[in-house]
Amino acid sequence: MDNKFKDYNLPDERGHFEKFGGKFVPESLIPALDELEQYYAEAKLDESFQDELNGLLKHYSGRETALYFALQISEELGFKVWLKREDLNHTGAHKINNALGQILLARRMGKKRIIAETGAGQHGVATATVAALFGLECIVYMGKEDIRRQKLNVFRMNLLGAEVRPVSSGSMTLKDATNEAIRDWVTNVESTYYLIGSTVGPHPYPMLVRDFQSVIGKEAKAQFANQSGQNLPDRLVACVGGGSNAMGLFYPFIKDDVKIVGVEAAGKGLESGEHAATLTKGDFGVLHGAASTLLQNDDGQITLPHSISAGLDYPGIGPEHSYLNESGRVQYFSATDTEALDAFQWLSKKEGILPALETAHALAYLRQKNNGIESGENIIVCLSGRGDKDVHTVAEALGIDL
Amino acid sequence: MNRIEKLFKEPKEKLIPFLTAGYPALDSTVDLVCAAADAGADMIEIGIPFSDPQADGPVIQASSQQALDNGMTLKIIFEQVVKIRKQTDVPIALMGYYNPILKMGHETFLNHCVSSGVDGLILPDLPLEEAVPFCESAKAKGIAPILLVAPNTPNERIKKISKLAGDLIYAVSILGITGNDLASKDALGKYLNRVQKNSVTPFVVGFGISSREDVIWFNKHSDGAVVGSAIIKNIDGSSNPVETTKSLIQELKGTK
Repeated sequence: MDNKFKDYNLPDERGHFEKFGGKFVPESLIPALDELEQYYAEAKLDESFQDELNGLLKHYSGRETALYFALQISEELGFKVWLKREDLNHTGAHKINNALGQILLARRMGKKRIIAETGAGQHGVATATVAALFGLECIVYMGKEDIRRQKLNVFRMNLLGAEVRPVSSGSMTLKDATNEAIRDWVTNVESTYYLIGSTVGPHPYPMLVRDFQSVIGKEAKAQFANQSGQNLPDRLVACVGGGSNAMGLFYPFIKDDVKIVGVEAAGKGLESGEHAATLTKGDFGVLHGAASTLLQNDDGQITLPHSISAGLDYPGIGPEHSYLNESGRVQYFSATDTEALDAFQWLSKKEGILPALETAHALAYLRQKNNGIESGENIIVCLSGRGDKDVHTVAEALGIDL
Repeated sequence: MNRIEKLFKEPKEKLIPFLTAGYPALDSTVDLVCAAADAGADMIEIGIPFSDPQADGPVIQASSQQALDNGMTLKIIFEQVVKIRKQTDVPIALMGYYNPILKMGHETFLNHCVSSGVDGLILPDLPLEEAVPFCESAKAKGIAPILLVAPNTPNERIKKISKLAGDLIYAVSILGITGNDLASKDALGKYLNRVQKNSVTPFVVGFGISSREDVIWFNKHSDGAVVGSAIIKNIDGSSNPVETTKSLIQELKGTK
C-alpha cells in the first residue's frame, strides 16, 4: 500500500477528495450546507451527542452486530469469510446507522420536516423509522419503478407514518427520486432537513454519512482481532451503489495494510449497456451536488443504469469512492444480475442467511475467477442487509409465481 | 463591450424570455429567438437541456426532456446560435447545468460561445465555491458569467458573487424551483432592495414571473425580469409557436 494513505485525511476543508466532491448545488442550498457543516462539527465534539447516538445504536438498533465466521462457504471457497452482519440491525440493513446519526443532527438544528430519497426502500424505511421515533414529519421520494419492485418497503414506510411520494420523471428510479428530493429541499430549505442515505450529494454529506457508517468498520476491526487472534484481515469486500455500507466498513481500515475491494452492479453485463458499474464504465462529471464518476453519454447527459438490485441502480457513486479508485487504494470489481442471483441462493442454502440483492453482489465476487484472492486469506464481507425485501424480485427472476 | 454590459447601461425596462433549446422541435429555436427579439425581448436566455434539471419545475423539466428526445446537443445549440446571430444582435445568455459543459471541456465550450456569439452564461449548479476557475476563463474571453443569488444569500456573499460575475447577476425570486408561485411583494421588495444595495453589478430577477404586471413591478425593483415557465407553457400544444410566443412577449412588454 502506498505510504500516502498512512495519514489519510480527506475531504479537505472545501469538501474535496482531490478533484472529486465539493458543493455543486443551487445557491439557496449553500446556507443550508454551511449550517449543516457547522452543526456537525459541533456535534462531533459534543460528548452528549455521541452518547445519545451510541445509546440508540445499542438499545434501539441492537448493535453491536455480529461478526460471523461463515464456515460452510469458507470450506467451499478455500479462504476464510467473515460476515459483518449489518442485516441484524433494526430495520434489516446498515441504513439505520446513518439515519439515527442524521436525525439527531436534524433535531439539534430544530428542523421539523424530514425528506429522503430511496431506491431499494431500505433508506426510506430507516428514515421513516427514525422520524417516527422522534415524532417528525417524513416524506420519502421514490421512483415509480422502484415502488413497483419494492412494494413491501412502501407499505412499511406507510405503517411508520411516512408519506411516500412517487416520482415519475426520467427512469423513475433512485436518480430521479434524488432530483425530486433536491427540488423539495430547495423550496423548503428553511424548515426541512434532507436526510441523504448514501455517501453521495454535496459536502458535507459524503463525509458525515461515512462517519456515521464507520461504526461498521470500527466494530468489525475489534471483533476480528478478538475472534481470529490476528491483528487485521487480509481483505475487505462490500457492494457499492452510492457506497455507504462500503465506506462504513472501509474507512477505519484505510490506513492499514489491508486489501480493499468494492463490488459494483454489472447488471446484464458490462458490454450490454445495461448496468450500474459506474467506476468500471463511467467518467468524470457532476451530478446531485458533487463531482464524481458518472454513467453519461458523449454529450454529458446522464444515462440510465440497470441493476436487478434497486439499491445499486444509480448512475453515480460517492466522491470518496471515485478518489479511492483513482488513487488505487481500493480495487473495484463488478458482478452481474445472474451472479448476484446465484450468490443470493448460495448463501441462503449454505449458511441459512438470505442476503439483500445488493449484498449478493459482494458475495458473488468471492466466487469469481480472477478475483485475486489467495487461499487461506481472511476476508471480511459487509453483509449490508437482509434479503426478505427481495424475495419477490428473486422469485420473478427465477420464473416462480408466488 | 459585451452586448450584456451595453444593454444594462441603458436605463429602460427589460424583459428576458427563456426558451429551451430544441423545444418544441429540434429546429424551433432559431425562429423563436428571432421572433422574441422582434417582439421586443431585450435579452434572451436559451436553456441547454439536461437529463437531470434539479432547479427546474415540471414545465421546464418536460420541455428539457422533449428537447433531448428531439436530439438536441450543445454542438447543435452553437450551430443554431450562429444562425441567430445572422439575424439579430439581441444579447444571448445560455442557461445550463454544469455537467454537459464539463463533459465538453471549459475551453472548448467557451471558445464555441465566443465564435457563435453567446454573451453570457447562467449555471444554476455552479455556486461561488466551485465557480472561480470557470468564471475567470469566461471573463477572459469576454463572456459574462451571470452568477445567481437567492433570498437566503447573506449580504457579504451577494457582494462577493457580484464581484466574481463582473457584468450581471441573477436574483432567484424565491426559495424554490422555476415556475413556483411568488412570495409576497413585501418580502420580495425587501430582498431585492438588499440585492441592489450589495451587488456591484446590475441584476435581473427570475422564477415565477408570468404577467405584464410582474414585469413592471420587477423592473421597478431590479434591472430586468426573466420569464421562463410561462413562455414554455404558452408554447406547449400551440400550433404556431412563433406567433404565440411573439404575442405573449408583446403582452409582457405592454406593446400589444
